[in-house]
Amino acid sequence: MQRSNTYILVFTAIMTIIIGGVLSLASQLLGPAQKKSIELDTKSQILSAVMDIDKKKDDVLGIYDKRIHSFVVDAQGNVVETDEKGNKIIPENVNVLKYSKKPCSERLLPVFMLMNEQDANKVDAYIFPMYGNGLWNKIYGYIALEADMNTIKGVSFGHVQETPGLGARIATKEIQDRFKGKKIFEGDELVSVVMLKGEKKDPSLFGPHEVDGMSGATLTGKGLNAMIKDYLECYKPFLLKTKNQQAAL
Amino acid sequence: MSTEVLEPTATTKKSEPLFSKRRRKFVLDPLNDDNPITVQVLGICSALAVTVKMEPTLIMAVSVVFVIVFSNLIISLLRNLIPGRVRIIVQLGVIATFVTLVSEVLKAYNYEMYKVLGAFVGLIITNCIVMGRLEAFAMGNKPWDSVLDGLGSGFGYAWVILTVAFFRELLGSGSVFNHQIYDASIMPTNSLFIDSIGAFMVLGILIWIQRTKTGYVEH
Repeated sequence: MQRSNTYILVFTAIMTIIIGGVLSLASQLLGPAQKKSIELDTKSQILSAVMDIDKKKDDVLGIYDKRIHSFVVDAQGNVVETDEKGNKIIPENVNVLKYSKKPCSERLLPVFMLMNEQDANKVDAYIFPMYGNGLWNKIYGYIALEADMNTIKGVSFGHVQETPGLGARIATKEIQDRFKGKKIFEGDELVSVVMLKGEKKDPSLFGPHEVDGMSGATLTGKGLNAMIKDYLECYKPFLLKTKNQQAAL
Repeated sequence: MSTEVLEPTATTKKSEPLFSKRRRKFVLDPLNDDNPITVQVLGICSALAVTVKMEPTLIMAVSVVFVIVFSNLIISLLRNLIPGRVRIIVQLGVIATFVTLVSEVLKAYNYEMYKVLGAFVGLIITNCIVMGRLEAFAMGNKPWDSVLDGLGSGFGYAWVILTVAFFRELLGSGSVFNHQIYDASIMPTNSLFIDSIGAFMVLGILIWIQRTKTGYVEH
């Protein structure tokens, strides 16, 4: 049926107000719960680089509070406490994705230290977050280095949209375990680790800087290599500094 | 307005039982004879995208049923108020509101699934099944009938994607609802089923079986 223009305008205006109201109300009510689930997700991802953790069973936030000590460094390896506006930086809230598009010198680089369970002053591992480009979309992850700043203790990768069964395998334990024990330094020279093309499934064939590839996902692997290299370069001053400090002790 | 012509509604008495034969048809038809996926071939995009595993598929199915039932209800309640010229955008607005609600609730209480389903929950907005039911049914029928119609189409969609997901997860990952059924030593998993090709195969076979039974042919 034909209605007047005024009716249509009033009708749409009222609809818009109702729908807008409902949505803002929902967003307000669900906000705290969403914030909490994002926090839980971030923290369990950080921890999953160094331990097997089950978000549903384990007390992620408890373990995190007890074992993780976090701070932010700049590209020179100096600790930064406030951002350009003078606000205090919370390492967990640093938008790594946003900074990943900028050069190293402009990035805030969070470091998560895993403290020893018995000796709270001893560092078991250093965990570094990273973001990069996969084949189809963003990939991200955490790399954990042993206290020697050279050996990879563990990694945890995720992806937005890699091909299931191919590139998406970076999110599986099978692939992530292949990084364990690999080295990133040759003396003071940063060589990083490289995932090779092809899949041999025999760990003995690979050197300390090489990782078995994923069959059918060479491009995701290349993205992964680029991401790791990019971030390790950014963190290099901090890595070397910490390494030398330990050598001096 | 292109509204489906059902049996003459004028003959429907006021005291029609809640689940009369006519109304049962609203729910039962889309389950088989008029299934949105296998017969009308709508909503294929999401049927391929979310059916790698059972768990996200179940969440997706519940979300679609929720969205379709409530959008049908709201649009049916407003059907005499909605101006014809802007009806599509009003329908979209209502669907988008429910979809956003589902997505926000998932983000708050099941973040894992929110990450897995991600864009696909948002894409329920463009699921032709929902929009199709609003335009073809809810705009011209009473609220209760529309709710039943929504349930029918929703479940019609749900059982098909759940069936597809069952076979894809079983053959592609060797599990059902993430419970390992067999491992590679018994039978290797087939990664074809993890790809969308697997969904097409299962769906095709499903349509074949169904059409053999119902005798439905495309004209």
